[in-house]
Amino acid sequence: MTISKLVLIELWKRKSQLITGLLAITLGIAVIVAIQSVSVVSEQNVARNLDNLGANILVLPQGASIDDYYTSDIDAPTLPMDYVERILTSTISGVDNMSPKLTRRVKVGEQSVVLTGILPKSEIASKPLWQSSGLTGIEIKAACAPGQTANQSHGMEDEKLKRKAIDTLNSNDCIAGSQVAKRLNLSAKKPISILGKEFNVVKILSETGTVDDDRIFANLKDVQRLLGIENQVSAIEIMGCCNAISDGLLSKLRNILPDTRVTTIGQIVSTQIETNQLMKKVTLVMLIIIFFVGGISIGNFIWANVNERKREIGILRMMGAERRTIYKMFLLKALILGIAGGILGFLLGTLAGVILGPYLAGIIVKPVYIYLLWSILLSVAISLAGSLVPTYLAAKFDPHSNLQED
Amino acid sequence: MILQGENILKQYQHDRGIINALDHVSFTVNNGDFVTVTGPSGSGKSTLLLSLFGLIRLTSGNIIFEGHRIDNISDRKLTDIRKKSVGYILQSFALIPYLTTIQNVMVPLMLEKISGKEQVKRAAEILDYIGLSDRMEHLPRELSAGQQQRVAIARSIVHKPRLIMADEPTGNLDPALSLEILEFLKKINQENKITIIMVTHSPVAAGYGTMKLHLNEGKIVIGKS
Repeated sequence: MTISKLVLIELWKRKSQLITGLLAITLGIAVIVAIQSVSVVSEQNVARNLDNLGANILVLPQGASIDDYYTSDIDAPTLPMDYVERILTSTISGVDNMSPKLTRRVKVGEQSVVLTGILPKSEIASKPLWQSSGLTGIEIKAACAPGQTANQSHGMEDEKLKRKAIDTLNSNDCIAGSQVAKRLNLSAKKPISILGKEFNVVKILSETGTVDDDRIFANLKDVQRLLGIENQVSAIEIMGCCNAISDGLLSKLRNILPDTRVTTIGQIVSTQIETNQLMKKVTLVMLIIIFFVGGISIGNFIWANVNERKREIGILRMMGAERRTIYKMFLLKALILGIAGGILGFLLGTLAGVILGPYLAGIIVKPVYIYLLWSILLSVAISLAGSLVPTYLAAKFDPHSNLQED
Repeated sequence: MILQGENILKQYQHDRGIINALDHVSFTVNNGDFVTVTGPSGSGKSTLLLSLFGLIRLTSGNIIFEGHRIDNISDRKLTDIRKKSVGYILQSFALIPYLTTIQNVMVPLMLEKISGKEQVKRAAEILDYIGLSDRMEHLPRELSAGQQQRVAIARSIVHKPRLIMADEPTGNLDPALSLEILEFLKKINQENKITIIMVTHSPVAAGYGTMKLHLNEGKIVIGKS
């Protein structure tokens, strides 16, 4: 027999007490795991949706509005192309992709269309919906997925390489949005004349439900030359990781581009940031509550156990058990309770997340296995912290006073 | 000589002043003695028993065990002496309720960090010696009072101590069972040459002593062999 076996036998023979002792810490851990499991999947889903939408940050000329950007008026202000290089050479992280654009409304025959000059690869990489149209095989991962850094979000380690805008759309080639293709009766490999220049339509995009459906995309340099505004762009669209956005990406961009307007697209980013921050706060509050409630509960359980076993402690001390043996007995018990509470809490919380996730958040929750490790560590820390005082008092008992005859 | 007490003084602070629980007590116990300590309630019998190996610290006086003073050594060393050289038997048996008979007997061996196999072997031998080999897997609550005290005796001798301290070992037993236990203690004393110091109220139990100490108001009033 060993002290460990003695502890296990005692736990096993007093199962009902064991369940009571485990209850608070298990439920506490379960609540945290459930909240975290749901919020992580929720963040991943929104991040995936954000990526599918494309860019989420716009760099516009000072004084330009988002309306200017969408209406693409002839006199809409522009900003220098050098700003792309300025971002590329900065040390700012969280910029997953950039797409400088020059956009102007032009006449094609009798029809008014929006001509947009793009740097194709970066444009394509920033729009997964285009990828699904067969233009590229690059898979874009959710930029806000936990555990991913901005540098890895596209599976590329070299930040410079990732940001490099490469001009591969041939001069004279263009891509047409689905709506404009219908209006102008365009089809692939069919020529089109824009501002007196002949372009080959290389691709008709599938419908995206965005403003891109009404646009014709051509090489940025061609468009700049054609419109007579060389080295200028209307906007730089940026796909930023939303965690980076919440960490101040916008202000960092404003610092290096002082005479521009840097803004996020849509409420979805801010909503997600707020949701992320709210969930973090809720988890933190829960964590503090669980730490105190769980710690007090385990401490109370161990103290009751110590009092119940005063005579046993006395006889052990009388027979030659050192104080550290008594420490070991109760701290080992707390450790076992902590491990069991962590495992049960993880299982219960994950189960709750899997079952309730679809009903409460409309998402499918899968187990996050790393939480098992965190659950055990947290539960053990709470359990040991709660047991320290009762264990110290148990080891200090006078053996003879605990053996007074009834 | 195995144990000697010299001028043992144990004082307690009380509302009415200082009380001498042990008032300059001196005695000598030889190897193989069966010492009985008698006296009225509050005479200091149990205090004497508990103070000999540091479970109660003395106010003054010397205690010499096997030629070495032990009244002034650290708690850790006293704990080590108790673990290796002393066995305790109490009136209430003090068995650990969730351990089986054999597991209870193995506890002193566990504290000495003896291997599991050796623990089982020695505990089984002792239980056989005291006639409880058929009760090895029983819990204390499944045993009679007499059987529980025999388990406590087995636990007190399993680690081969040189001294057994027994505090009213027959106090909770009827006369027939008391005699049975006393005969066991006598057998252990004679066959294993283990010195026994037994505190008792019972004149019958006191009759088993080869050395008898009678305490009154913390003083030895009779000491004879």
